[in-house]
Amino acid sequence: MKRRPFASFLFRHPRLALALLILPPILWLSIVNLGSIASLAVQSFFRLDDFTGMVVREFTLDTWRQLFTPANLDIIRRTVVMAVCVTLATAGLAFPVAYYMARLATPRVRAFLTLAVLLPLWSSYLVRVYAWKLILAKEGVVSWLFDQAGLTWLLDGILEMPLIGGPSLSVSWIGIFLAFTYVWLPYMILPIEAALEKVPESLLEASSDLGARPRETFRRVVLPLAFPGIVAGSIFTFSLTLGDFVVPGVLGNSSLYIGQAVLAHQGTAGNIPLAAVFTVVPMGIMCVYLVLARRAGAFEAL
Amino acid sequence: MPDDSPTPVVRFRNVSRHFGDVRAVDDISLDILDGEFFSMLGPSGSGKTTCLRLIAGFDTPTSGEIDLHGAPAGRLAPFERDVNTVFQDYALFPHMTVGENIAYGPAIRGVPREDRERQVAEMLDLVRLPGVADRKPAQLSGGQRQRVALARALINRPRLLLLDEPLGALDLKLRQQMQIELKGIQERLGITFIHVTHDQEEALAMSDRLAVFRSGRIDQIGTPAEVYENPATAFVADFVGISNLVHGPDAQAITGSPAPFTIRPEKIRMLAADVAPGPGDLTVDGTIQDVVYLGMHTRYRVTVTSGAVLTVVAQNREAAAGDVQALRGHPVRLSWPRDQGRPVENRS
Repeated sequence: MKRRPFASFLFRHPRLALALLILPPILWLSIVNLGSIASLAVQSFFRLDDFTGMVVREFTLDTWRQLFTPANLDIIRRTVVMAVCVTLATAGLAFPVAYYMARLATPRVRAFLTLAVLLPLWSSYLVRVYAWKLILAKEGVVSWLFDQAGLTWLLDGILEMPLIGGPSLSVSWIGIFLAFTYVWLPYMILPIEAALEKVPESLLEASSDLGARPRETFRRVVLPLAFPGIVAGSIFTFSLTLGDFVVPGVLGNSSLYIGQAVLAHQGTAGNIPLAAVFTVVPMGIMCVYLVLARRAGAFEAL
Repeated sequence: MPDDSPTPVVRFRNVSRHFGDVRAVDDISLDILDGEFFSMLGPSGSGKTTCLRLIAGFDTPTSGEIDLHGAPAGRLAPFERDVNTVFQDYALFPHMTVGENIAYGPAIRGVPREDRERQVAEMLDLVRLPGVADRKPAQLSGGQRQRVALARALINRPRLLLLDEPLGALDLKLRQQMQIELKGIQERLGITFIHVTHDQEEALAMSDRLAVFRSGRIDQIGTPAEVYENPATAFVADFVGISNLVHGPDAQAITGSPAPFTIRPEKIRMLAADVAPGPGDLTVDGTIQDVVYLGMHTRYRVTVTSGAVLTVVAQNREAAAGDVQALRGHPVRLSWPRDQGRPVENRS
């Protein structure tokens, strides 16, 4: 038998072998992931000297105070409302698709649908957002369709609505909402599908056997068991919307979203402390969201 | 079927269920009577579980009609049938407590909370599992989950309870204990139980009547004793207990006719080679080939003069003397009363 001194040394010291295996990823995780967040949190307590334009590295709550000015609170409110709407819309669209994929489709159809869901993710997200700009433009295909159907008055009526309207769909709340819903949809479909796939058929049969009509079975069995998947998907759609600056930049008007505020403060104004504060906000919102989801029993079926 | 017979709980009239080319259930007609413990016994893929699913309404027949309680069940949905099921995997809802699981049926029917809680406590007593109502199914052992599944079905007071391999996942001791308990519960409640199993011992132990399934058809229906003592086919003789099937020249050599027959190993007496057989007994001489000592009894394989090998089981009434393996190669005479050999149809 050939001697393998190194292998047998590791075999006799399993703890050392384990340590060697997990040390690099642990270091990466702690330094790169957690370290950057810690640095971010520290930066948020510095301030920018308005006169010199330099960051003053001493502890202060001044920058946090700036967050609570009406203009900045507006940005946060606007972004959170958008994130909630996008999350609800993607969940509503994703659930039937995921249910069909997980429980009804034949393996062939399912493979095709999985590809159809994933395919857009392989192309550039920027290209797809700009495509929406063209689709929604005044001379774009949506306006043309409304025109052909003789419904231009309806489109104009929608665009005249306050808050969600605008000069054209490509410069409106609706445009941002549609583009967000489109780009984040796969992130909602896949976790819901994974959750539904794990529900054994016998549970649905048992519910029916015990006298539940399909609607009751859906409400009492399917939905609670899919809930962790919905929450997982909503974590993606919610946090991605909170941090995005491309979609509102391309399709929005001058009203800023959190992502744009971070970009403007850090890149344009060099106000890294305020940018850090704006970055901590979505993280705080997500923490609150997860606590609420946990209270709602989202993770009980895990 | 005479007209004054009571209405069967379940009646299959020429029921078939085909999946593509596979005839899972092939033209079965069957009556299951009120209050009986009926077992569907057969190897996997023989159609017994499909029959159960047809009764529950999870599946519909390709052709034929199923009557429940005297009325055609037709295309009734599962939730429209007065039938409850204990599933093979128990199918307990993982996101609910044991109590919520058991109270599921009453909750659907809108029974008020206090009544539900009282009923749940009663059911947990019935299945001898008090005090676990607040636990999650994942915190219970396999045997406990089985009892919860039973309680969840029985709380609805169905007229018919279906059990799909309910004891399959339990270890031997627990299985034997649950066999007795299930039978006891069935007798106390007077509900018809239809029980699907591939375990012939379980079917014999628990059933009032049983049906032996093979390839989508029923080979035999009868009481356990009828099926064991008078197997209708070679398949039944072989599947229910151990049996020697003798046919062709071997049968000719023993009975004087080539008609196939079966003989149970424990019905055969093994005598010394020179003992004269009793009057009217069938006799065949042979040599012991194998001996397996099994404690309660010993199993011999004997090669008889025509070349066939017969299995013989002898009770160990006295302590085994010395090395049982030394019996190998001994000449013996096998004999049994003529009427213990059962003619069978040799369907294949």
